[in-house]
Amino acid sequence: MQDRKERKDRFDSLSGSPIARLYTKNDLKDWEAERDLGLPGEFPYTRGIYPTMYRGRLWTMRQFAGFGTAADTNARFKYLLEQGQTGLSVAFDMPTLMGLDSDDPRARGEVGYCGVAVASLEDMDRLFDGIPLDRVTTSMTINGPAAILFAMYLAVAKRREIPVDRLGGTLQNDILKEYIAQKEWLFPPEPHLRLITDTIAYCTSHVPKWHPVSISGYHIREAGSNALQELAFTLYDGLTYVEAAVKAGLAVDTFAPQLSFFFNVHNDFFEEIAKFRAARRLWAREMERRYHPKDPRSLQLRCHAQTAGCSLMAQQPMNNVVRTTLQALAAVLGGTQSLHTNSMDETLALPTQEAVTLALRTQQVIAHESEVPNTVDPLGGSYYVERLTNQLEEAARDYFRKLDEMGGMLKAIERGFPQREILNASQRYQREVEKKERVIVGVNEYVEPETHPIPILKIGPEVEASQIQRLAALRARRDSYKVAGTLQAVQEAAACAENLMPYLLDAVKAEATLGEMCAALREVFGTYKEPVVL
Amino acid sequence: MKVVAKKIRVLIGKVGLDGHDRGVKLVARALRDAGVEVIYTGLHQTPEQVVAAAIQEDVDAIGLSVLSGAHNYLLPRVLELLKERGADDIVVFGGGIIPDEDVPRLKAAGVRTLFRPGTPMSDVVDFVKGMKQ
Repeated sequence: MQDRKERKDRFDSLSGSPIARLYTKNDLKDWEAERDLGLPGEFPYTRGIYPTMYRGRLWTMRQFAGFGTAADTNARFKYLLEQGQTGLSVAFDMPTLMGLDSDDPRARGEVGYCGVAVASLEDMDRLFDGIPLDRVTTSMTINGPAAILFAMYLAVAKRREIPVDRLGGTLQNDILKEYIAQKEWLFPPEPHLRLITDTIAYCTSHVPKWHPVSISGYHIREAGSNALQELAFTLYDGLTYVEAAVKAGLAVDTFAPQLSFFFNVHNDFFEEIAKFRAARRLWAREMERRYHPKDPRSLQLRCHAQTAGCSLMAQQPMNNVVRTTLQALAAVLGGTQSLHTNSMDETLALPTQEAVTLALRTQQVIAHESEVPNTVDPLGGSYYVERLTNQLEEAARDYFRKLDEMGGMLKAIERGFPQREILNASQRYQREVEKKERVIVGVNEYVEPETHPIPILKIGPEVEASQIQRLAALRARRDSYKVAGTLQAVQEAAACAENLMPYLLDAVKAEATLGEMCAALREVFGTYKEPVVL
Repeated sequence: MKVVAKKIRVLIGKVGLDGHDRGVKLVARALRDAGVEVIYTGLHQTPEQVVAAAIQEDVDAIGLSVLSGAHNYLLPRVLELLKERGADDIVVFGGGIIPDEDVPRLKAAGVRTLFRPGTPMSDVVDFVKGMKQ
């Protein structure tokens, strides 16, 4: 065997670990099927969190969407639901993500571009116009000002006389990965963590079907991490939120069943599948070891997955459809609960309706034509996949130990540790691509001199103008005395340890804007400047 | 006699609200490794802050990354401010998610070049080293 020539001297996973020619039972010496694999729906959940998985119910097809005004995005939502999409997912624009109103000077040129502009209760109401909030679940990708956007959503439901305990959905609300990777924060870490525990506590008593935090590896991966780092940092972030909530006095079983996760699915097919399996097993084991929950749902890692935006290429963009298909298949084989498939044009702009339809159809083809969802965890017991799953879990534990030694994730972020690990991994990947050690079809090999442009979505400056106009009308119309009173109450609650949610709801109902509420909180909480890692 | 060439100084930064700094940091590292003096502004810079820093640091060029789609406002605004301050000898280049059709308009506004997805780092280094020739 040794003297057989191979294509390369070394075969590595995308995370950089060496891959053997063949895997046999010798690679699973310490592995015990009963202990490490188990049955689906049973501890340690390696094979999936439900006994029947997709035989019972297919994953939720949830395309992330948002652009222009609330009315523009509302039309896209309705279109996606008509096409068979089963859940909504809101993309907000940059000013909204940063807690700024559309008429803030710092919002110039950014309104409605990479998501929908939502600055007021009125915007939120228009965003969900004609959509049955008690029947459709909605995921909101919002972090810094998550509590405020959540309050707006609850207020819209109340306006429509829908009891909030019937609302289902997810708030991303994961600030740790903002400091680590996506870099959209409003305040220093401590007050942000408090806002997160406030939303968790509020959900446990008022909105029990809601997922108050979606602990996200997606952005860590997009920022350049490998699969191992994504797994390790994300699960450690999750444990940090659990610890914060327990410290705030919540019993673990009152909130842990509502925590959810969000992972990336990149190109390395088997490594990605193993990542989902390792994540479930590691979470179950760590939650069991640290908190001994009574409710088995506290041990189950539920997740959403999105194909890797950073794997899409501007060159020969049609190839992106193929990349996305493989990634989506890996997410399904990994046992995800919901999935977003990227559109082929997203390296250039937000997706057109045609491109997003094709992306949704990709999921539908996997669901209905490939016959893959007919059995649970079809790769369970594969020497290679089990070995990869073991390796990822062990290596993630090594990261856990390092983070523990540093005194936890907040301390590690202050030292720039996860940021530097990610930057180094992204530089390594970039060099491998530039040296053609990794072939990217159409980019560093099989290059075509001619470009074939595809249609892209255009957003005009009129979105900003119309938002500014609407906000001016709102400010003129509302009871400004009442607004000032509710903002004052928000500040007073922020200064003591009271749960902020009821105060934010009052301010939202008085039609205080997003920017006004964030400015009020900033006066109490202060701002944050990141340690520069280069 | 050996002539010591003055090091090229470049201000690299994120303008606007988006926090996607993967690309900009790789560019900053690649330039630094190639012997360019890099001043990294960090995130969430306004055009005013970028221009003030560039003048204060007396840089030869400004490289800006925008991934939020706001390039059509932010990049021309930086050039406008440089002109107002009489500093339009500073070369401005950009990178990010910039569609084909926006390129001519940005170049007409004075952006020297735009590095778009899939660009090898060596292209950016070659551009910076060659921009004054």
